[in-house]
Amino acid sequence: MLRFIVVRLTQLIPTLFGLSVLLFAWVRALPGDPARALLGDRATPEAIERINDTYGFDEPLIQQYGMYLSALFHGDFGESIKKHEPVLSAFFDKLPATVELSVVALLFAVVVGIPLGYLAGKRSGTNVDGGIVTLSLLGSVVPVFFLALLLKYVFSIELEFFDSVGRQDARLDAAHTTGFYIFDGIINGQFAAAFDAFKHLVLPGLALGTIPLAVVVRQTRGAVAEVINEDYVRTARAKGLRSTTITVRHVMRNALLPVVTTLGLQLGLLFSGAVLTETVFALDGVGQYLYQAIRDRDYPVLQGFILLIALIYALITLIVDLSYGLIDPRVRES
Amino acid sequence: MNEKQLLSVDGLSVTFSRRGRDPVEAVSEVSFTIAEGEHVGIVGESGSGKSVTAMALMGLLPERGTTVEGSATYREQDLLSMSRRQLNQIRGSEIAMVFQDPMSSLNPVVTIGTQISEVIRRHHRVSSKEAANRSAEMLDRVGIPDPRRRLREYPHQLSGGIRQRVLIAIALACEPRLLIADEPTTALDVTIQAQILNELKELVADTGTSLIMITHDLGVIAGLCDRVHVMYSGRIVESARRYQLFTTPRHPYTGGLLQSVPRLDSPQDEPLRPIEGSPTDTIPWTDGCAFQPRCPHAIDQCLEATPHLEPYEDRMLRCFNPLKGDEDDKRDR
Amino acid sequence: MTEGTINGPRARAQRSHGDSLWRGAFRRLSRSPMAIAGALIVVVFLIVATFAPVLAPYEPASTEWTQLSTPYWVQGHGPGHPLGIDRWGSDMLTQLIFGARQSLIIGVVATAIGLLAGAALGTLAGAFGGWVDMIVMRIVDIMLSIPSLLLAISIAAILGKSSAALMIAIGVGQVPIFARLLRGSMLGQKNADYVLAADALGLRRRTIVMGHVLPNSLGPTIVQATLNLATAIIEVAALSYLGLGEGDPAVAEWGRMIVSAQDRFEIAPWLAFYPGICIAITALGFTLLGESLREALDPKQRR
Repeated sequence: MLRFIVVRLTQLIPTLFGLSVLLFAWVRALPGDPARALLGDRATPEAIERINDTYGFDEPLIQQYGMYLSALFHGDFGESIKKHEPVLSAFFDKLPATVELSVVALLFAVVVGIPLGYLAGKRSGTNVDGGIVTLSLLGSVVPVFFLALLLKYVFSIELEFFDSVGRQDARLDAAHTTGFYIFDGIINGQFAAAFDAFKHLVLPGLALGTIPLAVVVRQTRGAVAEVINEDYVRTARAKGLRSTTITVRHVMRNALLPVVTTLGLQLGLLFSGAVLTETVFALDGVGQYLYQAIRDRDYPVLQGFILLIALIYALITLIVDLSYGLIDPRVRES
Repeated sequence: MNEKQLLSVDGLSVTFSRRGRDPVEAVSEVSFTIAEGEHVGIVGESGSGKSVTAMALMGLLPERGTTVEGSATYREQDLLSMSRRQLNQIRGSEIAMVFQDPMSSLNPVVTIGTQISEVIRRHHRVSSKEAANRSAEMLDRVGIPDPRRRLREYPHQLSGGIRQRVLIAIALACEPRLLIADEPTTALDVTIQAQILNELKELVADTGTSLIMITHDLGVIAGLCDRVHVMYSGRIVESARRYQLFTTPRHPYTGGLLQSVPRLDSPQDEPLRPIEGSPTDTIPWTDGCAFQPRCPHAIDQCLEATPHLEPYEDRMLRCFNPLKGDEDDKRDR
Repeated sequence: MTEGTINGPRARAQRSHGDSLWRGAFRRLSRSPMAIAGALIVVVFLIVATFAPVLAPYEPASTEWTQLSTPYWVQGHGPGHPLGIDRWGSDMLTQLIFGARQSLIIGVVATAIGLLAGAALGTLAGAFGGWVDMIVMRIVDIMLSIPSLLLAISIAAILGKSSAALMIAIGVGQVPIFARLLRGSMLGQKNADYVLAADALGLRRRTIVMGHVLPNSLGPTIVQATLNLATAIIEVAALSYLGLGEGDPAVAEWGRMIVSAQDRFEIAPWLAFYPGICIAITALGFTLLGESLREALDPKQRR
């Protein structure tokens, strides 16, 4: 197991190295003089001087890359041009909101998607199956931001069920110890605040959750339809086991293996979706910050955030791989 | 031998229908009985309906698109019409089944121990510790060394032969009255096949368990079964006691099967004679005899009428033009 | 009707394997309501996109109704404008019809870029193996480590606001998908019996790849391309929403129509609904078609 972890970690190194080269090259590939591209047309000569100095745009490329890499190792992911704050601290400042949103979205996808997928897989080929598959497809073809707008329009503007913007009602004056508002509310005993934070996440979570939902439904369906015809499920039935035992121990334990992997891979999509959802609901997270950076042409933020997201994504993929090892004895051995 | 009937199957038919296709009758009018302690063989090529017959008895056929007709009376209850709940109390405890492919018939992500003890705990009220003890005992009985350690292992850690023994242990864990073995050795090496068959034979003899052995291999039947039913294209074509079937086969198909088995006592220069054609060269029973296209003995009548399973000499036979004579005559032919 | 047919169809199907794969797939497709619905949507979409100038009641981006004292987008639908007028004074229906054209062009070109580049990389990696494979797969890993929308965003940021930029940005995001698909199917078939047989016959590697392996990868590739068209159409809209879409305001584009309707959402929600529904239905059509094609071509389904 330990060997497995080490091997997977070493496999990461070339990927991350390549990524850093790519993002380094990316800033240089921006149209026009890099300093001017970073600062915009109205930059003062002094500012350009300063940025040339920090990035070393006058030095040879190799040296520039060396500077970039060494800065990264020192935790310096650059500085926002517009907001004048370090990219790294901005990222971790915004991360909790995005993580909360992603977790709610993923939970929604799992809680709704796995039972639906199971039902469709068990009845594969029937109308129930067709209905569930079409429904999940519908979820995946509606653009996230459009769905977010729709939900916002119906449930918060017309019906006024939920607040349409922000992470929490400011009037609650809730304490924020960790930045995870739901969690903060619970550990500080402010349950009303926790509930309010959750209520703010219902609509965005729903909109964002449709992305992994479709995949979870289809994966579970496919896996269940396959596993249910396996010889070992027939063995289990021949034992006279109760259908719940068969479902849980023999069908789902095998069928969920591929679903777990899929869930991990969905996190990348969730981050993309978060950019769109957070903007619609004005959730102050990584996505919205990124959106503003795109609008402001704040390239250092884009560069740093993409690298950080890729890092987190790689880490999650690793964790998913490892957890796969824990639930599948065949992988655990090798 | 105690001649009390344990299971009597009467007019069993299984029809599969898929949307947009003609329904297919995989098993038709199959009737046979098995007494307590008796060992019965069902022989046929793949596609002859022998496995489907077993599955139907165990209620293991998919519910959708499957029609099962007839009856299967087990101790005064009809297996085919009882509720799933009732059936679940009988399956695994009173009637158990050993499957063909030991590689795929065990759950890859569940330990051997759980897979044995779950059937014990389902049918007996015992603690998990007691169930584990019994599981180890069962593994020991089917000849698996170091059973305690095996309980904690997963199927992929075991060889094919050991896995098949595990499947047998699972089937026998609740001391069933009837064991259905569906080609239990086909997937194994020849040397291990013989071992497992011998062990199986001893185990069922020790406990007085009735056995239905399903196979395409007459060699498997030879040392094991009291009575043999030969199936072709979904129907029984010949039923006889083992000795009579082997010495004087009457159905040309049975004769063909016997001639395609290598024997130690046959003359060196006599070649093996495989049956001509393949199971796909068949005609519907409604048009005559399904074996007609491959039958060296076919006469005009075989295409004009459907043969019925009727008493013939000392057996039941479905043929218009049976083989004649005894073993020696046939060999000279 | 009877036992006689048990094995008949299978025996026949084996005789002409490659041919019956496609014919069988088509037969299954023509029976699947999902496939029919998908095909219908796709065909209507293709017709609308192709004949946009003929079908549209007005010129695209004509803004002659800006002068109206009470704009239709406040009132709703008016005479001559069955779906109303957008905030710039353009006829909604016309915009939607030309939007279809824009979606089709960007989607097809982007997918073609992804397919060609990805297929080249994947075939290279699969056919040569060794260090070529390693390098290609590393590149693919790096691309996959960035969520595809973010990848598209960063490329669009370099290339500026234009349709070409959108095509490249979305197309590049699809490269790793196709590269993996083709590499996987090459490796999967490398040891297949018919390839070994061709090898044993002394056929050249290139002949084997071109003549045997690639045609067998065709099915999954077509499926993936169909599905990717759907994603591309959605991604165009997403990029437009993020302000990275087509810069020329005269070009009708569904995603941007939603964006520009956003600030009048509470008074005229339909301005956003129509393009949103168009995107969803078109993407649904391609997805249904792709998914049912996948199922129809699945060897496990063939029976």
